[in-house]
Amino acid sequence: MRDLHTLRRKTVNVVMLTITGLCTLFAAGTLVFILGYLFVHGGSSLTLDFFTKLPTPVGEAGGGMANAIVGSAKLLALAMVVGVPLGFLGGVYLAEFGGSTFSFVIRYVTDLLNGVPSIVIGIFAYTLIVLPQKHFSTLAGGLALGVMMIPIAVRSSEEFLRTIPNSLREGAMALGASKAKSILTVVIPAAKNGIMTGIMLNLARVAGETAPLLFTSFGNRFWSPGWEQPTSALPVMIFTYAISPYEDWHRQAWSAGFVLLTLVLAVNIFARAVLAKKKHVAR
Amino acid sequence: MAASSTTVPSADPSRPAPNFLERLRGGDEAAYVITFIAAASILLITGMLVYELFINSADARAKFGWAFLFTQTWDPVNDQFGALPFIYGTLVTSFLALLMGIPLGVGAAIFLAELAPPKISDALTFLIELLAAVPSVIYGLLGIFVLVPILRVVEPSLRAVLGWTPFFSGPFYGVSLFSAGVVLAVMIIPFIISISREVILAVPGDQREAALALGATRWETTWDVVVPFAKKGIMGSIFLALARALGETMAVTMVVGNDPKIKASLFAPGYSIAAVIANEFTEATGKLYTSALIELGLVLFALTIVINGVARLLVMGADKYKT
Amino acid sequence: MQASTRQPYPEMNTPTAGTNTPPMDAARPLADTAHKLSVTDLNFYYGKFQALQNISMEIFANQVTACIGPSGCGKSTFLRTLNRMNETVRNTRVEGQILLDGVNIFEQEVAYVRRRVGMVFQRSNPFPKSIFDNVAYGPRINGMVANRAALHEKVEQSLHRAALWDEVKDKLNQSAYGLSGGQQQRLCIARALAVDPEVLLLDEPCSALDPIATAKIEDLIFQLKSSCTIVIVTHNMQQAARVADYTGFFLLGRLIEFDSTTVIFKNPAKQETEDYITGRFG
Repeated sequence: MRDLHTLRRKTVNVVMLTITGLCTLFAAGTLVFILGYLFVHGGSSLTLDFFTKLPTPVGEAGGGMANAIVGSAKLLALAMVVGVPLGFLGGVYLAEFGGSTFSFVIRYVTDLLNGVPSIVIGIFAYTLIVLPQKHFSTLAGGLALGVMMIPIAVRSSEEFLRTIPNSLREGAMALGASKAKSILTVVIPAAKNGIMTGIMLNLARVAGETAPLLFTSFGNRFWSPGWEQPTSALPVMIFTYAISPYEDWHRQAWSAGFVLLTLVLAVNIFARAVLAKKKHVAR
Repeated sequence: MAASSTTVPSADPSRPAPNFLERLRGGDEAAYVITFIAAASILLITGMLVYELFINSADARAKFGWAFLFTQTWDPVNDQFGALPFIYGTLVTSFLALLMGIPLGVGAAIFLAELAPPKISDALTFLIELLAAVPSVIYGLLGIFVLVPILRVVEPSLRAVLGWTPFFSGPFYGVSLFSAGVVLAVMIIPFIISISREVILAVPGDQREAALALGATRWETTWDVVVPFAKKGIMGSIFLALARALGETMAVTMVVGNDPKIKASLFAPGYSIAAVIANEFTEATGKLYTSALIELGLVLFALTIVINGVARLLVMGADKYKT
Repeated sequence: MQASTRQPYPEMNTPTAGTNTPPMDAARPLADTAHKLSVTDLNFYYGKFQALQNISMEIFANQVTACIGPSGCGKSTFLRTLNRMNETVRNTRVEGQILLDGVNIFEQEVAYVRRRVGMVFQRSNPFPKSIFDNVAYGPRINGMVANRAALHEKVEQSLHRAALWDEVKDKLNQSAYGLSGGQQQRLCIARALAVDPEVLLLDEPCSALDPIATAKIEDLIFQLKSSCTIVIVTHNMQQAARVADYTGFFLLGRLIEFDSTTVIFKNPAKQETEDYITGRFG
């Protein structure tokens, strides 16, 4: 009967709406759950010691992750030096100068590099630096993270430069600016917001990377001066402490997780807010 | 309009086209060369990566040949290395992740793109895309201390329902292929949602209107018209998610059990390629051991390249690099 | 030390309602050559497609020359060859000769040519910078001013010449995007004027503007021609009749007829010109 058939279709409609809605709720709820749990377990036991003290000897309670925080900062600084210039300039090439065949190859290879698992990049840095030097180092870890930053830096720089309309380039060149000058003085400044937020998001991503550091910067229970010694890093500490059998270390892993996640999410939210706002300003 | 005597500049003498040196100073050539070198160096780095993987796995490749991929033994003590347990573990955990992740992910994408009111859709999408930014080690942390205990509670019910299959037999200690699969599923869902949602949103409006005008319900329009139109892109998102799952290291390492054996049951502990490299690399004694691990890295590299390649063909331009 | 670079421009002496320009003491003399630009046998190709065929034309100093014709006839392409902007597009080829004050522009440094031959585009394209920085851009990159004070003077003077000073003098540091469409276009004119061009190329400058803004710019054109040679492309015949001294009619890449505006509109020699003027096509 027709009415029954229609009723069945309407029911299916409502049921599927509910089911897909539940899927969404599950996905979104996971983030809320993660944040909440980390806050309760990590935030509540966060002490000042965490930021100021070095780790204590194995098994002893107390101590903090001051060296891990500094270590992560050093690794990220080095990663930026390696990844951002190459990535940005490569992006400029693709957006402003690229011919068709070579650009296609560059884009393809960049995508390839982006798909390489982070642990394989770690192997690469190991063979390149750790093997010849015969020791772990901040340098190797920073290089690994830097290589991970390159593909995203290329793609995001290129994308943001392409959003700048050609009329601006022409306007500058009609005033007598060379192509290089017009890029430097008009196009890049116009895209700078997007490019900067792209770099921030990129950094936030590699800040949480653990695998490539496991056998490059390795770890260190003390301070690591310079660039040639192994260094502690926040995500590596989380890993090491979490799989250990010590209750106190577990607590510290939660604290570290909380700090790391807060930083990463804060940068992400900030960057997305800036990018969303920018969409309304340009004509 | 009398002619002036002092303040007006005379017309500039003509300036001939610049020679090579002047052009160099002008900056265009330099800019091209510098950016070109930067772009080319990316090729160089990638080439070096492949080269290093190849060279440093030479010992293991020479000793084991292609049999490496099919050998089950992983015995560092006796220098016997085979990749099969890890390939098995990698594929099983990823497959599990897809099994659980695809319905949830595509379902949520459909809801967000088609059925939800725009404001709710935007807000929820924002939350879900933030999930993609959560570091892997955090998922691992929650995996060990939250998921595993939950699974231990849930396990008897699972066993009651599915225990008759070989997949859910045997003892369960919390860390297992199944646990890793669940964690991976949670990790890849945001990717599937994000890309699928974009692809579905990109389906032209007149497709929907045509269906609705014929009297179709919202769901029928979505399922019978929109989703098939977006099928390629959705498949692409699934492949991209798969590529991610294959290479995922930390979360898997922390919950998979780290046992290099092949067992039918998902409840048994297992191992994945990335996990074994993470765990054993620094403890590898002897060149052959390290070489075998690097060869595993090469295998993983090849696997992810292929899957990524297929994914890109399908998504064709809807690539979103989640930074 | 450079003397004060306060350039007197004749158009600033012309009293026009609405602009508040101070009287100047001396006028800039007209250019010596009556032929500012001489185009001879100009051919232009986009890849295999020939967009311009054997164009020969004289552009007279301190006069307004209009290029009219239906869409796709090549008038914008022609305009863009005059300041070598077409070279920024790939796969183009140009043949022929364009003399600026007797010297071939293709044998000169391109940045130098573009400084002397300025351009204002169809859609205003101010940079995402402040109003001041927009106008100051040309002088800055061409190294035309010695110090900040001179730069300020230049910017003020250019904004006066573009009849925009009064409207923006209090907000020079604000973003150029805060201006209305008509104001942005006058800003682009000021920006082009800041490098003291001898020729100003206007590519349908009013097509995106309302009638009032259009009238303001047409007034401006009239004032500017005493210090500049103006070439304007327009699809609006009434506009050409209003502002231009000379008019060239383009069709399918050829220059069909070129004469004083009065002749073109009242008594054209060619049938195609008459057909276009009277609206029989295009």
